[in-house]
Amino acid sequence: MYRNLTIRQKQIVWAWAFLAIPVLFYTVIRFYPTGNAILISFQNWNLLGDRTWAGMENYQKLWNDPVFWKVFKNTFIYLLLGTPISLVLSFVIAYHLDKLRFMHGFLRMLYFLPFMTSAVAMAWVWRWFYQDVPIGLFNNILAGFGIPQIAFLQSTTNALPAVLAPAVWAGLGFQVIIFMAGLRAIPTSYYEAAKIDGVGWFTVLTQITIPLLRPTIVFIVVFSSIGFLRIFDHVFNMTTNNPGGPLNATKPLVLMIYDTAFNGFDMGYAAAQTVVLFTILLIVSLIQLRLLRST
Amino acid sequence: MSDIAPSADTLLMAKPAPRSRNMGQILRWLILFIGGIAMIMPIAYMISTSLKWPHEVYNVNLIPEEPTIENYTYVLEDGRFYWWFVNSIIIATVTTICNLLFDSLVGYTLCKFRFPGRTIVFIAILSTLMIPTEMLVIPWYLMSQSFGWLDSYWGIMFPGLMTAFGTFLMKQFFESVPDDFIEAARIDGLNELQIWWTVAMPLVKPALAALAIFVFLGNWTAFLWPLIVTNSVDMYTIPVGLSGFGDEADVAWELIMTGAAISTIPTLVVFLIFQRFIIRGVVMAGLKG
Repeated sequence: MYRNLTIRQKQIVWAWAFLAIPVLFYTVIRFYPTGNAILISFQNWNLLGDRTWAGMENYQKLWNDPVFWKVFKNTFIYLLLGTPISLVLSFVIAYHLDKLRFMHGFLRMLYFLPFMTSAVAMAWVWRWFYQDVPIGLFNNILAGFGIPQIAFLQSTTNALPAVLAPAVWAGLGFQVIIFMAGLRAIPTSYYEAAKIDGVGWFTVLTQITIPLLRPTIVFIVVFSSIGFLRIFDHVFNMTTNNPGGPLNATKPLVLMIYDTAFNGFDMGYAAAQTVVLFTILLIVSLIQLRLLRST
Repeated sequence: MSDIAPSADTLLMAKPAPRSRNMGQILRWLILFIGGIAMIMPIAYMISTSLKWPHEVYNVNLIPEEPTIENYTYVLEDGRFYWWFVNSIIIATVTTICNLLFDSLVGYTLCKFRFPGRTIVFIAILSTLMIPTEMLVIPWYLMSQSFGWLDSYWGIMFPGLMTAFGTFLMKQFFESVPDDFIEAARIDGLNELQIWWTVAMPLVKPALAALAIFVFLGNWTAFLWPLIVTNSVDMYTIPVGLSGFGDEADVAWELIMTGAAISTIPTLVVFLIFQRFIIRGVVMAGLKG
């Protein structure tokens, strides 16, 4: 029967034969669970008993839960601190690294190396750095200079930046590399023209470099925003004795989801939190598309 | 990304050396060098501490006075890290192979075939990029529970066997394979599967390598899902195992650092060997994906 088909029909048969397993995969492992998560968010279920319809109950509970608002705030602090800091740092590094030739590859390697590490392993390394005297490296160094101790992970004000630092550190190398690729793509003729006109470096930076880097900047902002909104590995591992502590000071949304679902077994409530996370990420992505389109 | 889309190759091309090496350049180099050394300090301290005797661990010196591999012997003789390492290798390898095969097959089909439903399939797959893993873990857990996938390799692996990111990346790269090559192969009597495997795939090797790096690294360091789906210590992956190991009541910091080093050194070594190549892959994947 296959022999009687036209070339075009044969192509259709082949295409669907190739796509059969993947289409099944995406349906069962991506789309069905998405729908299921939304469905569960309207139900009450503790894994053992029956699933009962809850309507908007889980969302109402979320709205009235002070822990959720604390977590919501934390998540956005991770985003609003992490994204600008890593953006500025990586741009400054890339901008200057781009102007150097001597041992260029070696310097680039130093900055990129942390990207190849595992978040869990590095969270434990930083956690050790943050310990009190005589254990932690930072406080030992401070003590060496006779400077008073800093409570990093035990303090409700310092804990969140302390957890954020290794996350920024680990992502920096990737952003530097992307920025350098962006800088290299700017035609040198622009710079030559500016040189002939005798324009200063600051004007070149603000009038040529940054405007032409806009697509790169948008990409990095979106990429790192999504990363900071989903922060989990670092927080969980640096606060395993009291996940998200002290007093929920470091708890992000994903950790609250994990806790609610797999320690509290309140599946409906956890699913409602995942829907909120999904909505936040969707809004951030849509803003990205807007910005990209207007370039 | 419009007309100034950065390309991976320009990044690696040498720029002409500046004419004068003035003080400014030297200062710039020194500051970047110090910054770079600071960047690798956490890694350096992790490795240095893993080579120290217990009495020296809380010294701030970077070079151990008497280096020892005692910590590694202790951690590996304990046996658990050995299994976690093996589990992680198996899981990351199988997932990477699956991604290379399926993502490229789907990317190829969407790029080179014209058939009804093409646009819908493409948009559907692309739209899964918007769905965060965190939203899916609860349904995946329930699914694994009812099919008996909890605490198994399959349970850890199944969510990542194909990715929209990889599919999109491969589709972009198959665009550069000329249709004439495919037509010629068809005339030679190859079937579509043979054309994909023997004609198209060899032409996108750099993209396959970039994808392999991303998928392997992603699965090697994956934490949330393996943490949820595994229960028994024997099934842990390295990150999950390390997390539990560090949390045990009286584990010494030098042993935790040793565990962290065991989980990090393999990817660092691979990076140092294929450095140029990996950076190019990262740029390609980052910008085209």
